[in-house]
Amino acid sequence: MNRRTLLKRSLAAGAVGVAVSAGLLTPGQVLAAYPKDAFAAKDVGSALKAALGSDSMTASGDIKIKAPDIAENGAVVPVTVSTGMGDVESISILSEVNQNPLIAVFNLPAAEPYVSTRIKMGKTGNVVAVVKSGGKLYSAKKEVKVTIGGCGG
Amino acid sequence: MAKSIKLRAKAKKGIVTVKALMSHPMETGLRKNKKTGKLIPAHHIQEVTAKVNDKLVLEGLWGGAISKNPYLSFKYKGSKGDSLTLSWVDNKGQSDSATTTVK
Repeated sequence: MNRRTLLKRSLAAGAVGVAVSAGLLTPGQVLAAYPKDAFAAKDVGSALKAALGSDSMTASGDIKIKAPDIAENGAVVPVTVSTGMGDVESISILSEVNQNPLIAVFNLPAAEPYVSTRIKMGKTGNVVAVVKSGGKLYSAKKEVKVTIGGCGG
Repeated sequence: MAKSIKLRAKAKKGIVTVKALMSHPMETGLRKNKKTGKLIPAHHIQEVTAKVNDKLVLEGLWGGAISKNPYLSFKYKGSKGDSLTLSWVDNKGQSDSATTTVK
């Protein structure tokens, strides 16, 4: 962003605009380091180790994954993960069949244990949700059948 | 990269549901350009942060496997009138943010 648009936006939106612009200039301050290795990992275990420090998980029935049974288009698979557990530190979403299984890690310092987003899946396989609660990892899986892959050319 | 974020937040019984839609190509870096056979370089959002009244509530670390024009919804304990800011940074260092007032 250059100075001109900054000025324009500040004038147009008043105090809110200034706050946004100020926020824009320092986006990286509060963030944890981006775990590049975790996203480049080729299997679920090493991705989890890199992202969350461990890959020992307990299967839990208390994690709900809402995803379609059959996804027509693998490029857009809506996935919602929620859990009734308390003290949830993070929710991660992985796809076992993707080249790089780790899709996203959501750290939740003050949010409810609920995230909803849309992911890409290369082919039919399991969506894995990993919840970190009280320092331990819990997981759940759901199979999604993909008729058109989302990661091909 | 001004208006790349659509942001809505609604309070109901002490829980605020936030819905955000960002426009971004989200290239994985694994796709090939069919004509040249070369890989299309990765270009995707890496970090998304949500702040309420300047306090961090959610931080998302994303790979390229989030769909194009990402959608994100989450909930937090809050109320009407909260000032909510959502911002993202991608792997090329571009960024954007949007602020809304919870309804």
